[in-house]
Amino acid sequence: MPGYSGFRILTEGLRGNSGWKPAWRKAAPKPSYDVIVVGGGGHGLATAFYLASEHGITNVAVLERGLIGQGNTGRNTTIVRSNYMLPENNNFYEHSLKLWEGLEQSLNYNVMMSQRGVINLFHNEAQKNAALRRGNSMRLNGIDAEILDRDGVKAMCPIVDVDNGRYPVMGGLLQRRGGTARHDAVAWGFAHAADARGVDIVEHCEVTGMIIEGGAIQGVRTTRGEIRAPKVGLAVAGSTSTLTAMAGFDVPIETHLLQAFVSEGLKPLIDCVVTFGAGHFYVSQSDKGGLVFGGGLDGYPSYGQRGTLPTAEHVYSAGVSMIPALGRLRGLRSWAGVMDMTPDGSPYICKTPVQGLYMTAGWCYGGFKATPGSGWCHAWTIAKDAPHRLNAAHTLDRFREGRMLDERGNGPFFWAQ
Amino acid sequence: MLRIPCPHCGARDEVEFIYRGDATVTRPGPDGDVGAFHDYLYLRRNPRGWQVEWWQHNGGCRTFLKVLRHTVTHEVRAVATATETLEVPGA
Repeated sequence: MPGYSGFRILTEGLRGNSGWKPAWRKAAPKPSYDVIVVGGGGHGLATAFYLASEHGITNVAVLERGLIGQGNTGRNTTIVRSNYMLPENNNFYEHSLKLWEGLEQSLNYNVMMSQRGVINLFHNEAQKNAALRRGNSMRLNGIDAEILDRDGVKAMCPIVDVDNGRYPVMGGLLQRRGGTARHDAVAWGFAHAADARGVDIVEHCEVTGMIIEGGAIQGVRTTRGEIRAPKVGLAVAGSTSTLTAMAGFDVPIETHLLQAFVSEGLKPLIDCVVTFGAGHFYVSQSDKGGLVFGGGLDGYPSYGQRGTLPTAEHVYSAGVSMIPALGRLRGLRSWAGVMDMTPDGSPYICKTPVQGLYMTAGWCYGGFKATPGSGWCHAWTIAKDAPHRLNAAHTLDRFREGRMLDERGNGPFFWAQ
Repeated sequence: MLRIPCPHCGARDEVEFIYRGDATVTRPGPDGDVGAFHDYLYLRRNPRGWQVEWWQHNGGCRTFLKVLRHTVTHEVRAVATATETLEVPGA
């Protein structure tokens, strides 16, 4: 398959665009593979891509219940950053961010990665100290972080109401290398690149059972028949518990709703990502012009992929507090995704109690930015049957061992992370 | 908007309530080992379907209630006080 390039766009333009082919094959499942990846979202496709490109394992199937990129990959607010505090997390997310920085070249696909900067606003001394602490932790681990004062925030994002009567902005923690990427293109790009290396992407193929013999995985039962493999990786955010129940064990996960919103299209208004510190709200502007924004969880478990209005009201009111000009806008669409919420807010990229069964799960609502890093570490863990040092702490057993990765110190409440 | 029929206050909007977790897990006794407390605190069935949950009626009588709710349709089928038992359909 010829690659994508500016030159090809030119030549195809001269030939009436007749030479474009689908970005990946519609593969039918074979009876067996070396590795099966369950879940055709960003994380599953990235796992397959890195298995093929980093470890030379190309006899791989990605099984997707529906269509590629129709789950959480296409339901997030597209933010990419690595501004975490705990070393186990910020080293992992920084590795992911570095993969993002070269992703378009690795995939030969334009994912519209835009390092436009991410600002977390703070509004009081306590929040400022927390931001300084997190920024210092990032810098100690070689990650870029800057503290902006009120004037710095105003200069970078003039539309923010820094003199808000109730929540005046004291400053912000800025990561300039953070930004956004086009989420659909990320799924398509990984699918394209994995397919080009021989991975079978099987859509409309739902896993209905696990084949386990002698405590080791032997394959999966699906709506398209039995498929055998000595190694199976799960990348099924939201549905992880459903699949681990098939394998006979429970995991520390509750599935919760997170809503996202987009406004009508506008001329350029916000050229970075800004998060509010006095309510749960974050916003960026897509290249199409709509403002993309979101807030916190609805607060109760759900697989329903739709939220309710009280959370929407909170998000809109927090947005208008931060940027009063948003009050003039109309919301265009809203939707919800289902999140694997964990008791400490950090993910699992690990082996499981079943030999040969691996998972990348528990992404809470930070999964999109982790897409390449999650796939990279998951692929490593599958290929070597052992975690990489970047995901060595992200185990299912960490609660039993008292080694929680509790980024926010909220305690073991799934809905509070 | 979820509507939850509180046995003390009547049907109220979800904004008056706070979800407080899976009501089917049981705290081990004082002789429970680390494994039993780990399972109680962290492991969850997380069913795709009916679930019995704790909801606190924070904006009303402030009591903890058991609510039988469907995690796909969000239908609330039964509400009971903390000491009562709710059966999960088909379980």
